[in-house]
Amino acid sequence: MAGALRRGAGVPADIYLNVAVGGILTGLVYGLMALGLSVIFGVVRVVNFAHGEMMTMAMYIAITLFSALRLDPLVMLVPIAAALFAFGYVLQAGLINPFINRPEHSQFLLLIAVAMMLANGLLIVFGPNAQNVQVAYGFDSFQFGRLIIDATKAYAALAAIAVSVALFIFFRSTMLGTSIRACADNYTGALVVGLNVKRLYALTFGLGAACVGAAGPMLLLIFDVTPAAGPAYTLLAFVIVITGGLGSMPGALLGGVLIGFTEAMAGLLFTPSAKSMFAFAILVLVLLFRPQGIMGKRAA
Amino acid sequence: MTTLLSVDGVTKHFRGLLAVDKATFDVSEGEMFAVIGPNGAGKTTLFNMIAGVYVPDGGSISFAGERIEGLTPDKICRRGIARTFQIVRPFPALSVEDNVIVGSLLHRHDVDEARERARDLLRRLELYDKREQTASSLTLPDRKRMELARALATDPKLLLLDEVMAGLRPTEIDRIVAILRALNRETGLTVVLIEHVMRAVMALAGRILVLHHGAVIAHGKPDEVVRNPAVIDSYLGVEAIG
Amino acid sequence: MIARLVAGVPTRALVLLGTLLIVFLAAPLFVGDYLLTVLILILYLAYTGQAWNIMMGFAGQLSLGHALYVGLGAYTAAALYVHYGLGPWIGLAVAVPVAALAGAFIGFLAFRFRVAGVYFAILTIAFAEFARVGFDHLAWTNASSGLFLPVAQYARNDLWHLRGHPVMFYYVLLVATVLAFVFCRALLTSRIGYFWLAIREDEEAARSAGIDTFHYKMVAVVISAAMTSFAGVIYAFYYNNLFPEQVFNISRSIDIILAPIIGGVGTLFGPILGCFLLEALAEGLRSLLEVFGIDVPGIKQVVFGAILLLVVVAVPDGVWPWLARKLNLTERRT
Repeated sequence: MAGALRRGAGVPADIYLNVAVGGILTGLVYGLMALGLSVIFGVVRVVNFAHGEMMTMAMYIAITLFSALRLDPLVMLVPIAAALFAFGYVLQAGLINPFINRPEHSQFLLLIAVAMMLANGLLIVFGPNAQNVQVAYGFDSFQFGRLIIDATKAYAALAAIAVSVALFIFFRSTMLGTSIRACADNYTGALVVGLNVKRLYALTFGLGAACVGAAGPMLLLIFDVTPAAGPAYTLLAFVIVITGGLGSMPGALLGGVLIGFTEAMAGLLFTPSAKSMFAFAILVLVLLFRPQGIMGKRAA
Repeated sequence: MTTLLSVDGVTKHFRGLLAVDKATFDVSEGEMFAVIGPNGAGKTTLFNMIAGVYVPDGGSISFAGERIEGLTPDKICRRGIARTFQIVRPFPALSVEDNVIVGSLLHRHDVDEARERARDLLRRLELYDKREQTASSLTLPDRKRMELARALATDPKLLLLDEVMAGLRPTEIDRIVAILRALNRETGLTVVLIEHVMRAVMALAGRILVLHHGAVIAHGKPDEVVRNPAVIDSYLGVEAIG
Repeated sequence: MIARLVAGVPTRALVLLGTLLIVFLAAPLFVGDYLLTVLILILYLAYTGQAWNIMMGFAGQLSLGHALYVGLGAYTAAALYVHYGLGPWIGLAVAVPVAALAGAFIGFLAFRFRVAGVYFAILTIAFAEFARVGFDHLAWTNASSGLFLPVAQYARNDLWHLRGHPVMFYYVLLVATVLAFVFCRALLTSRIGYFWLAIREDEEAARSAGIDTFHYKMVAVVISAAMTSFAGVIYAFYYNNLFPEQVFNISRSIDIILAPIIGGVGTLFGPILGCFLLEALAEGLRSLLEVFGIDVPGIKQVVFGAILLLVVVAVPDGVWPWLARKLNLTERRT
């Protein structure tokens, strides 16, 4: 590792800037992915172990549609998100809601089972090799002075911001969104007030799934996908959510940016393949010293 | 009589709410001491500070001459203070006997010895026949007696009972009162109980402490306390006096 | 001592156990080479399942990163053998403390800082992943290129160096599994067993009964980690090659927990029954697909996932408690 550092010392400052910005942009997409998890975990209180697998599924759908219809992943964003929404809704309504009173381990294991089936199902259908999409602007970049930004990252980040803002408005300003937030705050209270909590849970899971449904195609512009990519993304989403603060939507995005930045810089300063170690180190530190995260509320 | 438990100026805040306000009282060895007062008066908070669940914001608590405030619940139990919970907390999947064995293993290392002790207690508390049933299958009165047995199994010098009579029928209440009286008489066990059921309080207590809004408003023998105007106003009402 | 171990166990259960043991002892004489490897896998999973079960079933702590201890055990013993020629049993003497320390570290961090439930599970995953990526860069164990043990002929069975025919590994694992079974039973009927169950059921109430829950949770984690590292040593010398990507992979951790969960967490027979069911089903499926000429990698895991789902939904306590009730084999305690 010391050798890698010495290599880094001779790199011009521009590279650091570009890598950092690239990391931040990627981080915004991570943030959207984590947002979905935060919504699910924060409201339904279910640990979605299949989060990464659902995103991988979305990525493969994007790849399939791209090969078949030559449509850009970002264009396919809405239909894929809708498909994932339906998937999430059915999953919650059919599999989790009926067993909502079981201890939390049960739901965790349920989703592990779903994750296993998804990941291996994808392996069977698509094979183990990495796949990606080659878009027309794949090698384009924007230049602002000494700052060079990949077009793919720029578009992905913009899309992530757009979807996050839409979600934020939904939760703040619509009746449905407020009802969902009520369920998160007080389950019994929500029931007493007459909210159909189970249906709202299903909707929430659907929304969380839609987040990864959107984030998947965005991420596909930046990275390859393999059927085994799920767990790493699930873990990353957890690191982000826990770091940024459970129950905080801005926290998820902030956490995403932080992780994206750290990953990129670690990849530059040390070795690229060790970048996830930093995410884990951050997770451990947060769990120990500030379990409510950067922007989370103190109460458990 | 020697002082066993000494609570001195103990105070507790919860985010701006003053739950217990400079509570001061002593409990002597072998006494039966009751703490009464309206809901929200701070009784359980006081208990929880003695039992180690909360750390007092001010004041001190001494047991058998040693300061115990701030110690963790398990350390407090090892020193000889056992407690029951307002909402019963059995070990649901374990049998009644095993629940009590857990308690008796605190000061015994041999499982067979612990089982004998557990069975003695279960007999005394009239649960022996149900010893192989799962704790979760018991009725509420039985669960309360099981929790009492488990607490007694830790060989305490002081027993803290948090509304152990709540939800019980008069015959049940009389049974537990009789058991507690017998234990107190035979072993010198000191008992401090939070109670709303005045029937039990008057039958058991040698002295009563009355809390209201976290502060002590009366302290003394049952007949005196029960006729105290402040106590009648805040809690008992005139009809309660027998 | 033996009296306490068998107290409360119905005679029928003991007879069943005895029969099972005899069957297992004799099995290698009757099964072919392929089935032998399947049985070895069953025993391996039964052993690790029991080790994992101590943490989860007894003390109630969900670990989803147990591959960490397998990997540490495997790599420690393998590296010592490759670099210094030290036999696996000496390697074991080093591997056990290493794994125990790792477990103690994780346990200390988690319990000291009150990381519980699913957060604890995530923490264990993170540590296993950390090890996976870490070992990918560790030169002493050949990083991601993999560590290879020199393979010897099957002619002689060398127990000291664990070189030889799979049958040798079979019996080593059988002895280990039986010892683990007896050990777990002893633990469960002892003072610490009662305390663990109390902690599992209600940690706060356990503390009010005077139990130092931090201490006993740590003991559970350390014992579990130490036991699991033995499986790692066997893994290294049986497969003769180690890749961080495979050894520390989260799928390995999930493999370890599947059998106990399906069989019945917290029971003694659960992990063993779970192994049987899963591997029997897997083999049945594989044979069936072979008939049709289909070879689909990943189908086994999909089926396992489906079984896990079914069990969690329909028989959440596991198959063994359900089966024991049906066969009237239940003893007095959980």
